[in-house]
Amino acid sequence: MAKTTIKKSSLHISENGLENHKPEKRLEVLKTYKIYIGGQFPRTESGRYYVPVNAKGEKLANVCLSSRKDVRDAVESARNAFGGWSARAAFNRGQILYRIAEMLEGRKAQFVDELMQQDASRAKAGHEVNLSIDRLIYYAGWCDKYQQIFSAVNPVASSHFNFSVPEPTGVVCIIAPQNDSLLGLVSVIAPVIAGGNTCVVVGSYAKPLCCVTFAEVLNSSDLPGGVVNILTGKASELAPWMADHMDVNAIVYCEKDEATQKMLKEKGSANVKRALIYDKVNWYDDAAGQSPYFINDAQEIKTTWHPIENIGGAGSKY
Amino acid sequence: MATRTKAKNNTLKLKFDSGWSYAPAPESRSIASIKERYELFINGAFVKPSSKKYFKTINPANEEVLSEVAEANAADVDKAVKAARTAYDKMWKKMPGKERAKYIYRIARMMQERAREFAVIESLDGGKPIRESRDFDVPTAANHFFYYAGWADKLEYAFPNRQAQPLGVAGQIIPWNFPLLMAAWKIAPALATGNTVVLKPAETTPLTALKLAEIIQEADLPPGVVNIITGAGATGAALVNHPGIDKIAFTGSTDVGKIIQRAIAGTHKKATLELGGKAANIIFEDAPLDQAVEGVINGIFFNQGHVCCAGSRLYVQESVYKTVLRKLKDRIETLIVGNPLDKNTDIGAINSKQQLETIYKYIKIGVQEGAEMHQSSCALPGKGFFCRPTLFTNVAQSSRIAQEEIFGPVLTIQTFRTEDEVIEKANNTPYGLSAGVWTDKGSKIFNMTTKMRAGVVWANTFNKFDPTSPFGGYKESGYGREGGLHGLGAYVNLV
Repeated sequence: MAKTTIKKSSLHISENGLENHKPEKRLEVLKTYKIYIGGQFPRTESGRYYVPVNAKGEKLANVCLSSRKDVRDAVESARNAFGGWSARAAFNRGQILYRIAEMLEGRKAQFVDELMQQDASRAKAGHEVNLSIDRLIYYAGWCDKYQQIFSAVNPVASSHFNFSVPEPTGVVCIIAPQNDSLLGLVSVIAPVIAGGNTCVVVGSYAKPLCCVTFAEVLNSSDLPGGVVNILTGKASELAPWMADHMDVNAIVYCEKDEATQKMLKEKGSANVKRALIYDKVNWYDDAAGQSPYFINDAQEIKTTWHPIENIGGAGSKY
Repeated sequence: MATRTKAKNNTLKLKFDSGWSYAPAPESRSIASIKERYELFINGAFVKPSSKKYFKTINPANEEVLSEVAEANAADVDKAVKAARTAYDKMWKKMPGKERAKYIYRIARMMQERAREFAVIESLDGGKPIRESRDFDVPTAANHFFYYAGWADKLEYAFPNRQAQPLGVAGQIIPWNFPLLMAAWKIAPALATGNTVVLKPAETTPLTALKLAEIIQEADLPPGVVNIITGAGATGAALVNHPGIDKIAFTGSTDVGKIIQRAIAGTHKKATLELGGKAANIIFEDAPLDQAVEGVINGIFFNQGHVCCAGSRLYVQESVYKTVLRKLKDRIETLIVGNPLDKNTDIGAINSKQQLETIYKYIKIGVQEGAEMHQSSCALPGKGFFCRPTLFTNVAQSSRIAQEEIFGPVLTIQTFRTEDEVIEKANNTPYGLSAGVWTDKGSKIFNMTTKMRAGVVWANTFNKFDPTSPFGGYKESGYGREGGLHGLGAYVNLV
């Protein structure tokens, strides 16, 4: 196995103000890009890897080429985490999403650097990171509010108290936007977990660095392990297994590839999966790329009835 | 007597055997005018099917033919979809909401005026007791039109920060268990949101939908806004696969729902699926047991158990199991099985021979799998399709009768000790349509109703429905909601 040479980060050297000192010649410690399952960072069980290359021809890393088994492990983790996460107080979920934003803010430079390695200009990379942080803040705020927007007390004709509230649909598999490797990722994960679901995400194949580093952000954010599981690899290979999986409740897909959309819906019918297709969303546009309706898409409406005692006589005259 | 230790009141045997029996009290069928033959309702007129074929619809209570009904083939479906498209483009989508509303109100009123006639036909064609069709199906159907009519000019209030736009032509396929009510559930919200409709009723129960077509005609609804075409599975498939359809609304079995989901994959068609269920009905030891037993009876024997949200799996806390079981056995002895048109009838006819065979198949499976069967000793009419109310005890969680939807008057009974145990058991099913909880403790109610993975949860009641109340499932019981504010979402694009 040939050792990949990873492009040395230029960012820190130029910005840390140490130019005047003669920098010590030091061998840089390279990062191993792992996947994120159940709050742990394993490499893929398959042992497979791939080497994405940027436009300049530089090799980015030896990235895990995740397998069907990784998907199954991740779904199991997500299912195990679902009960706890969905039962968290909405306020608490909001705090944790806010914490994710804080952690992302703190590691902004690293993400800008990775986005630049993946061919973004510095300006565009900075913009994408900023938007991603703001998006997390946006959904952090929704965690304890969307229920009020989408619920109802229903004035039934019989003597019953009747109300409808949204509840998370369960385990959601997400094939993240392949181009906007950080903003797209954040934009599809945030509404799903804000709504109390747990998820398994496949990041961008060609630009996988941010999704792995974002897993590190999640891991330092009080987010319980298993709520978000992140895999790298080929969406075309993993998506069919996700759509087939009988313990997955919904699947999110963001590309325009109609054959894949069809495949996901067909296979998903095996257990009546909800298929959410976001192929026309511009994630850079706040008006289009964020709304409580994204949260609502991965919710079920539960209606509860209870009788109201109606023993005549004592009518209030107030 | 005073020295005898009295058992607690709720362990006393219920006294149903008063020595009196009910005299027959049949509803007159003279109010129901049923034509010998019904054509397809397309573009505001009753037209002959290009298939030139007709099929018979019978009264399942005596197997007599009631009428014959046109069978729509692909060409007929095409004609109906085109009529709906034209009506949508040329008129309905442009019509102000307040005008649409008045048409829908008009339909509601005309249904109310002819309610008794509808009820009699519903019981004749489908086998359900007249008490249910008269007091539940028909009034609730009219109320659905009344409720959604009012939404037509208020949609801007329904979706904050979004505009609701109609989808276009809705293809709607409905089952035989609540023929008129399901038609109302489908048509009313579709029209209110500005869509036009092609509706296919079930092949065993087409008559009330065709009577509804007559009302729609009399109400002067613009031609093509609602089209009602009859036929069996092939007609439904042609409707689902027609490229001119923008939305499928289906109520029926999970198997067919999955086929539809596959069929429309890769198309622009949206769908709402209201599929099967296997609801848990849970009795805790602190529940008012007599009320709970009534709720269980209603939960499983309402409409012969032909209810997707029927409480078909009973879970009883161990400490009250014997009492509940005895009360249930006593109670089913009193259920009157027979002529659907008799106002005293509790359980009418099974909808079709085929369904009766399915139910018997499952009863046999239950016995073979080692469960213990108990049936009411009631006599069954000599003709028609009837089934005694049936209980199964000693049922394993893995038993097919506890896992699969039977759609008949068959209840499985299991026990539990702790809340956690029953939550686990209740949710251990691919379905998630409804659930029931019986307890006097408020905090326990909310723990249970929150933990049930089901779209409708009844606490200390069961099988209640209302036009304002959303209905629909989790998991393999389908997606989308019908009824209430949430039911509007199924028929709009939000922009």
